[in-house]
Amino acid sequence: MIYLDNAATTKMSKTAIDAMLPYFDGIYGNPSSLHSAGQAAAEGLQNARERIAACLGCTAKEITFTSGGSESDNQAIRSAAKLGERKGKRHIISTKIEHHAVLHTLKKLENEGFAVTLLDVDESGLIDPRLVEAAITEDTCLVTVMFANNEIGTIEPIKEIGAICRGKGVLFHTDAVQAAGHLPIDVNALNVDLLSLSAHKFHGPKGIGVLYARKGIPLTNLIEGGAQERGKRAGTENLPAIMGMAAALEEACASLGENAKRIAALRDRLIAGLSEIPHGILNGDREHRLPGNVNFCFEGIEGESLLLLLDDKGIAASSGSACTSGSLDPSHVLLAIGRVHDVAHGSLRLTLSEETTEEEIDYTIGAVKEVVGYLRNMSPVWRDLMSGKREFIIK
Amino acid sequence: MTLYSEKVMDHFRNPRNVGVIEDADGVGEVGNAKCGDIMKMYLKIDGDIITDVKFETFGCGSAIASSSMATELIKGRPVSEALKLTNQAVVEALDGLPAYKLHCSVLAEEAIKKALQDYYEKNGIDYDRAQFPQCKSCGHCDA
Repeated sequence: MIYLDNAATTKMSKTAIDAMLPYFDGIYGNPSSLHSAGQAAAEGLQNARERIAACLGCTAKEITFTSGGSESDNQAIRSAAKLGERKGKRHIISTKIEHHAVLHTLKKLENEGFAVTLLDVDESGLIDPRLVEAAITEDTCLVTVMFANNEIGTIEPIKEIGAICRGKGVLFHTDAVQAAGHLPIDVNALNVDLLSLSAHKFHGPKGIGVLYARKGIPLTNLIEGGAQERGKRAGTENLPAIMGMAAALEEACASLGENAKRIAALRDRLIAGLSEIPHGILNGDREHRLPGNVNFCFEGIEGESLLLLLDDKGIAASSGSACTSGSLDPSHVLLAIGRVHDVAHGSLRLTLSEETTEEEIDYTIGAVKEVVGYLRNMSPVWRDLMSGKREFIIK
Repeated sequence: MTLYSEKVMDHFRNPRNVGVIEDADGVGEVGNAKCGDIMKMYLKIDGDIITDVKFETFGCGSAIASSSMATELIKGRPVSEALKLTNQAVVEALDGLPAYKLHCSVLAEEAIKKALQDYYEKNGIDYDRAQFPQCKSCGHCDA
């Protein structure tokens, strides 16, 4: 199988698996227990926390372990909203292209009386920091903007937005799920107050993540119970997963630069190859782009059938088509960058990893060309486009 | 692939009767590119028998499989029988579809009915208009 769906999840690294194994049957104590078995586990936990903090440029006390990106997003936003509410500030700023973990949490807060501003992005998915600045009012308690988009790979100007928020005294959260382990992150240099990440996006285990919260920002519990995570997230820590995450993040950050360079070269090869398909268009910014992300729309076809046929050819990919989501509407991200429904249904996302090879990329280019051609041949939309009965949207 | 039955995957991978009939006696197109699926059916009718049928589909796996199965179910059959084809019959012949894909089978039924209506209109054959309901396949079509 040629696995090109690394934005969905990644294969675990050997290092991460090896780091987990001792914590299943060797060091299996509960970190909250006083006996030696428990204390050995507590030591592992503290060690992992320090190593992860080092990767993000923060202190261990600023790290809270969660079940993953969605929980971190929920808790970050809920916490900032609670803090805002105490000061009578009930306005939150975000963007139209956030992950649903952010958008759905904001929707709930809106129902609870918060005002939410969702900023537009430009055609490449970039947010203009000036729009953020202009949207901030005296009532604003939080700005939340994703580090890099999961569908189209656009990297947002986080540092600039963070500086604006810092200047205005507004908390700034970033969903860095797609960025962590792939782009350098230093929470201080980036002016970030709250940050979410998820281990399985950088070859760590699933079901574990981090919420970074700058010192002095009290978190609001989503899960009540014991005093784990300084009382901010109850439940016995998933220690094997935490150890795996620490190892995976360290490993990813250690070779981040060279990995990014190699993967970006393959990405560019793939983009160049797929650009040869007529009436297709690259989604996302060409320059400010995740090293492993390729996303195209091809006019006249539908994404799900494209995915199924690529799967038959041994290629695992993803699409923003409505038919792959179980809803009638295509991806909100593609709509936000101005792709109309007709075109957004024909989207294809291919996301690379450190293991992707040049041979795989070349095979994939050939396979996508073949499948797009095949589906267009049986598409009445394509026939109408070719005969001039319908006008091409993608020139 | 556990999303679809083997029958669906078979008709998706090897769709029957794909193409165009240039001198079709009836043509029906339903759906909307905005919704993500369009089906077009071409019928050749001799006397009362559908002697040939072809389809073109823009859509997901289940849309292609539903079109393919629907053409198989009516090919060589009398018009009166094709008129009675229901989306349930298409779904059953495919060994089921996921709930949120059922509209694909409705589209297939509607495409055939629309092609038959076109045949009646073209040939000045009187017919019961009540047999041809308006498009109902999806909630947010504006076409």
